[in-house]
Amino acid sequence: MKINNVILRTVAKIVVFIILTLATYLFLAGHNSPGGGFIGGLVLASALVLLFIVYDIETVQKAIPVDFKKVAAFGAFLSVGTGFGALIFDVPFLSQSFAYFNLPFFGETELTTVTIFEAGVALVVVGIVVTIILSISEDV
Amino acid sequence: MLTLNIAIIIPFIAAALIPLVYKKIPKIHIGWFAIIVPLVLFVYLAQYIPSIANGQVIENTVHWIPAYGINFTAYLDGLSLILALLITGVGSLVILYSIFYLSSKESLGHFYMYLTLFMGAMLGVVLSDNMMVLYVFWELTSISSFLLIAFWYQRKRSRDGARKSLLITIFGGFAMLVGFIMIYAMTGTWSVREVVALAGGFTDHELFIPAMILTLLGAFTKSAQFPFHIWLPDAMEAPTPVSAYLHSATMVKAGIYLVARFTPIFGGEMSWFWLVTGVGVFTLFWGSFNAVRQTDLKALLAYSTISQLGMIMSMFGMGSAALHFGYSAESSFYAQATFAALFHLVNHSTFKGALFMVVGIVDHEVGTRDIRRLGGLITLMPITFTFAAIGSFSMAGLPPFNGFLSKEMFFTAILRISEAGFFSLETWGVLIPIIAWSANVFTFIYCMIIVFQTFLGPYQEEKLEHPANEPPIGMLVAPGILSLLVVGIFFFPNVLGDYILRPAMASIFPTLAGEDLGVSISAWHGWDSPELWMTVGVVVIGALLYIYRKYWTVVYRLFPEKWSFNELYSFILDWMEERSTAITNNYMTGYLRDYLVYIYLFFIVAIGGTILYTGAYSFDISGNAPITVFEATIAIVMMIAAISILFAKSRLTAILINSILGFGVAAFFVLFRAPDLALTQLIVETVTTVLFLVAYYFLPEWQKEDVPRKSRNVNLLIAVLVGVVFTVVALAVQNGKLFATISSYFENSYELAGGKNIVNAILGDFRAFDTMLEVVVLLIAGIGVYTFIKLKAKKEDENYEDQ
Repeated sequence: MKINNVILRTVAKIVVFIILTLATYLFLAGHNSPGGGFIGGLVLASALVLLFIVYDIETVQKAIPVDFKKVAAFGAFLSVGTGFGALIFDVPFLSQSFAYFNLPFFGETELTTVTIFEAGVALVVVGIVVTIILSISEDV
Repeated sequence: MLTLNIAIIIPFIAAALIPLVYKKIPKIHIGWFAIIVPLVLFVYLAQYIPSIANGQVIENTVHWIPAYGINFTAYLDGLSLILALLITGVGSLVILYSIFYLSSKESLGHFYMYLTLFMGAMLGVVLSDNMMVLYVFWELTSISSFLLIAFWYQRKRSRDGARKSLLITIFGGFAMLVGFIMIYAMTGTWSVREVVALAGGFTDHELFIPAMILTLLGAFTKSAQFPFHIWLPDAMEAPTPVSAYLHSATMVKAGIYLVARFTPIFGGEMSWFWLVTGVGVFTLFWGSFNAVRQTDLKALLAYSTISQLGMIMSMFGMGSAALHFGYSAESSFYAQATFAALFHLVNHSTFKGALFMVVGIVDHEVGTRDIRRLGGLITLMPITFTFAAIGSFSMAGLPPFNGFLSKEMFFTAILRISEAGFFSLETWGVLIPIIAWSANVFTFIYCMIIVFQTFLGPYQEEKLEHPANEPPIGMLVAPGILSLLVVGIFFFPNVLGDYILRPAMASIFPTLAGEDLGVSISAWHGWDSPELWMTVGVVVIGALLYIYRKYWTVVYRLFPEKWSFNELYSFILDWMEERSTAITNNYMTGYLRDYLVYIYLFFIVAIGGTILYTGAYSFDISGNAPITVFEATIAIVMMIAAISILFAKSRLTAILINSILGFGVAAFFVLFRAPDLALTQLIVETVTTVLFLVAYYFLPEWQKEDVPRKSRNVNLLIAVLVGVVFTVVALAVQNGKLFATISSYFENSYELAGGKNIVNAILGDFRAFDTMLEVVVLLIAGIGVYTFIKLKAKKEDENYEDQ
């Protein structure tokens, strides 16, 4: 089934990058304004879903050769791992910490351990959403 | 110092790494890497022997959930040290042995992963002070032993044995958990040491006896006490190194450890004394009695383990009587039994470990363990025979082996306890020495069977799979070291006694610690000691019964097979399987509509019923903000959309209209200034709409269905009720406040978590545990969807099940 969707493809090429930028922004901004790991991950996943709709699955998988099941598993490992990481510093499980640093180019920036935790959340969301959509649509 | 906690974690890290290493280096036997773990840990733990012997304790806490008093506290005292040394010491020997026992065709990566996992869990059990943490490790030992027993999972018997051990030990574990919670309810602490410090203060509490019984259930199931012993013989389907490790030296001793650990809390009470001693003595007898009838060497050893565990258990029971008196001459008198129990605990690990390895060698070399086919191996396998003889004679309680010493002390203990005049021992107490003595006669008989049936008599090569030969030298090292220990402990028992057993005793009797309990081990008590004549009696009667066994073994036929606990277990299991299949077939109709009806009915009854019952349907809208034009417009649009779904002509239209509802909700979030929720809702709605479309692509054409009027009315009723309940819930939510609000706490998100976004601070900082578990749930759900769709059962796999 070949559908001629030139407009969709052209638009998608640009829009995907906008969505990916938005996803990155949402993910990093999460601590102080709307966003965070869950939303960032979902936006990222929706960019991938758009690609799957516009192009076919084989093409996208060739371009992004990632096993999304592993992405999800790694994300869960990262999230749970930050919990155990806290134990090394002799604080309760899943304690998070933050501090302000003066980085070049960014100026004074807040770095938090929550970001690692949220990165895990984001990876699980991306991995699972794509895995589910792929496995349903491949099952012909 | 963190090192003690890390010592528990190291095996888990190793378990994660071993499969990776296994793939990378296929040439070298992976066991050589695995053996490093217990060896290092053994050396590390052994350095504490002098300081522990001086009465010090090593302790370290890592905070886990301090709000609930649950912390990962590692605690090393004399009692933990014995078990920890056994776990790592016997563990090293077993791994060394397994390197030669298992061929490289087996999936060794899995084997050593499970084994190190088990080792870590076991270390966690004996080194944890917190009852919750102890419970977690306790169940981990059950799970890892399940994996080990089912290592040859292609065989049905392995799978059945693994399931049996899991069902029985997990059942006990749950009971123990409830017991722990009861102890917490009585004392308000999860720490075993703090409970011990409070011991005696809550004996009148109404939960005291239930907590004791439930905790004992855990201990009895784990260490295979009657009538829970039935899982141990079936667990012998595991590879022999596993049997040597789990089922003689470590896992079954977890129950013993638990009894010893909780003796200061419950001991000194009559019910504890009778439960532990009674069950122990009876298990001792039943195990040894049944061992004699076995024809498989491993099954014989399994029953002998059951009986030896019963013996240790009964000695702990008798020793607990010492706590009844406080510090006095009598208490040191009875405390000897506990000393003997600890001594036998160590001895049993040495000789039984060696015996399991010997049986493994015989099985490995000639291909059978059936004593009716074995015989005459002494000339062909002289070294193996020597180890077998040392182990068996030690188990039979003969000098010059360590089993003799602990057995003498056991006789001393039962003689003293039968003279005691408390706990209504006057009436039933007289049975204890009789049962125990006759159990030792049977022990003597089966020990002789192991040695003489296997190694003497005619050599029947035609019945063996391979001709007998000595095994490779590597296989003999581990049983050799254990046999040396068996002999060495006999000649220098007080080295062990002073450095290892005495500190352990001090941790069981903290109230008597510091007092001299006057225990020392000696091989010779003089001609006038009754213990000596009891041993002589065991040898004479046992030898006679062994020689004339074909005349009296008919008594075993008096017990019909169908009256055994094994049969009861299979009956219960079959019955439950049958009933649940019938019930499941009744309601799993295969129609999605039926399942929705169940869900909605449950919702209506549970939520609607609760609202009616508690009267929570009062609503008060006086405090609400006025409704603006925007809100009204969106609401009206959503209502129109909801109604028009009913009249949609195609699936596509229905899905698209449905998404209007989702986007409408997102618009509401925007209006109410909840940008996080609005964003999430928008994207979730988009993705689910795509998912819907993908899924609906596979469905057949949408046709008008002919639904009978009756079921249509039922559907209508359910739909209306669900709608009503939801509306009531939504309206009543504003009024009901079950708990005090905690929102003021989250207002400090900027100071506490450094985040200006309160929603994210809650998700990531304040309630990260929820988020973490949600992520895990999402992962599990995703894997579930994937496996449902991708991994359909193949036809050829079905035969595989019945092997």
